[in-house]
Amino acid sequence: MPEPMGFYTDTTVCIGCKACEVACKEWNQLPAREGGRVEMSGDSYDNTCTLSGTNWRHVKFIEQFSEDRSQGRWLMMSDVCKHCVRAPCLEVCPTNAIIRTEFDTVLIQSDVCNGCRLCIAACPFGVIDINPASNTAQKCTLCYDRLQAGMKPACAQACPTDSIRFGPIRELRVLAQQRVQQLHALGETRARLYGADEDILGGLNAFYLLVDEPETYGLPRKPRLPTRNLFASAALSTAGAALLGLLGLVSLRRRRVGEVAQAEARAPERFGV
Amino acid sequence: MSDTFFTSSPHWVWYIVWYFFVGGIAGCGFFIAALLHFFGRPEDRRVVQLGYYVACVGALVSGALLTLDLNRPERFWHMLVQSHTGTPMLKSWSPMSVGAWGLMLFGAFATMAALGAAAEEGRWRLKPLGWRPVGALGRGIPAAVIAGAGSLCGLFLAGYTGVLLAVTNRPLWADSQLLGALFLFSGASTAAATLILLARWRGESHPASLQWLARFDRGALGLELVTLVAFVVSLGPVARVLVGWWGLVLLVGVVGAGIVAPLVLERRPHASGHGHLAQAAALVLVGGFLLRVALILSSNEIHAVGSGVTRP
Repeated sequence: MPEPMGFYTDTTVCIGCKACEVACKEWNQLPAREGGRVEMSGDSYDNTCTLSGTNWRHVKFIEQFSEDRSQGRWLMMSDVCKHCVRAPCLEVCPTNAIIRTEFDTVLIQSDVCNGCRLCIAACPFGVIDINPASNTAQKCTLCYDRLQAGMKPACAQACPTDSIRFGPIRELRVLAQQRVQQLHALGETRARLYGADEDILGGLNAFYLLVDEPETYGLPRKPRLPTRNLFASAALSTAGAALLGLLGLVSLRRRRVGEVAQAEARAPERFGV
Repeated sequence: MSDTFFTSSPHWVWYIVWYFFVGGIAGCGFFIAALLHFFGRPEDRRVVQLGYYVACVGALVSGALLTLDLNRPERFWHMLVQSHTGTPMLKSWSPMSVGAWGLMLFGAFATMAALGAAAEEGRWRLKPLGWRPVGALGRGIPAAVIAGAGSLCGLFLAGYTGVLLAVTNRPLWADSQLLGALFLFSGASTAAATLILLARWRGESHPASLQWLARFDRGALGLELVTLVAFVVSLGPVARVLVGWWGLVLLVGVVGAGIVAPLVLERRPHASGHGHLAQAAALVLVGGFLLRVALILSSNEIHAVGSGVTRP
């Protein structure tokens, strides 16, 4: 059994070249949007806009500038499926189309998915969407086919700055901790890891080194499993059903009492009292 | 900012809105019919039969709507059977998985109840309705078992839709735990309203049955109003999503036209007839539909944050 594998993405060395996006599309034979005639989004250099059924990698560009634009910096981050250890999509999938592989990654089996789209609503990172070619939910497979052949995922292979590192999670965490210490020593005290420990969904098998709050990168601070609401929500519904039963019985009882009262009121008239 | 704002929309739109509306009416329509079956009087039988018919048609329509909403409708059976192994597919912690089984079971009970009702009524001149086993579905112990089990499935069907929305990570839906109860009460009020309208249209129901339906409807509307207010309060800061067009739909369409107006209309003294009940029932249906439209579509409009310009 191979040990858990994944990505460690150091956003501080990302140069926004989008080689990861291209490599992903090429290897996985994902179509370009609108036949390649993509309009400018107006959101910095980002015209991919979002992860989707056909964009399994998405380089985000966050421009941070002061009001007078005298100070500023660029944050770039190659976003991807986080392959959560406790994956919300896998948890709720009603067809078992979403499975965990021997590499501890999360995979959608396209031949099983029926396109109910519950996984899209469950993913706390907005990763999954429908691929119009297959009409099923799709996302990064962490290049499962390449992994089985002992190869690196296409995006990590293509990344020219090693912003995207691939390997055993245990080794990647050590690397990431060393990099955070290095950045702290250089004065970048905002450097932190996101998803490297078990605090977020049991750990993310695609975790990040960030230099700002997670929300700045469009990442939720403390994503949770959708089933957190299951017990309370179901219990309140059950209580509601009991209330409806009570309402029905009380209203039927009141009808009977009212009719008896009416009959009694009419009785004296009938007997000429 | 709530963590639910970083997610993507599942694009559940009109099929799902209609399914939640019809499913609520079907499930609670069966429940009301079963209540009158057990505790009503002989003159309530017409409403009981109507309730079973509504449940049966509603279950069929619900199944069709759910299937049509799938991106791969031909794979609807993957909800019930694992396509790779052929073994039953059930995840007790996934509301959609349990809901698929619940809808199937409810459909079975609703169909049996409707067949029994049709045999009892004797209106439909169809040969199978004259068969003894079919006739037995509407009498004695079989009818009681069907009514009891079917009403439990019906209440489940009306409420699980809200639980399903809560067991996601989407804004509004996952930010409160009251959607299941809210949809259940709304299902009860819209089911009672549907039965009032159909009973009046058929013109055979006893006035006392109609009056009871109206009384039950008022109670369900009261519960719905209280739960809706509690739902909005429980959202906390997320409730700001409802400031604007969708808030207006909830306030004017759902609370004003769909709850308060029918309550006022049903309580007004009327010299004769039940025209006011029909008007109130129609408004309840409009309100129940708008409730689902507002709560489903307002969340759908919120998308994950991508790139952009921020302050350092």
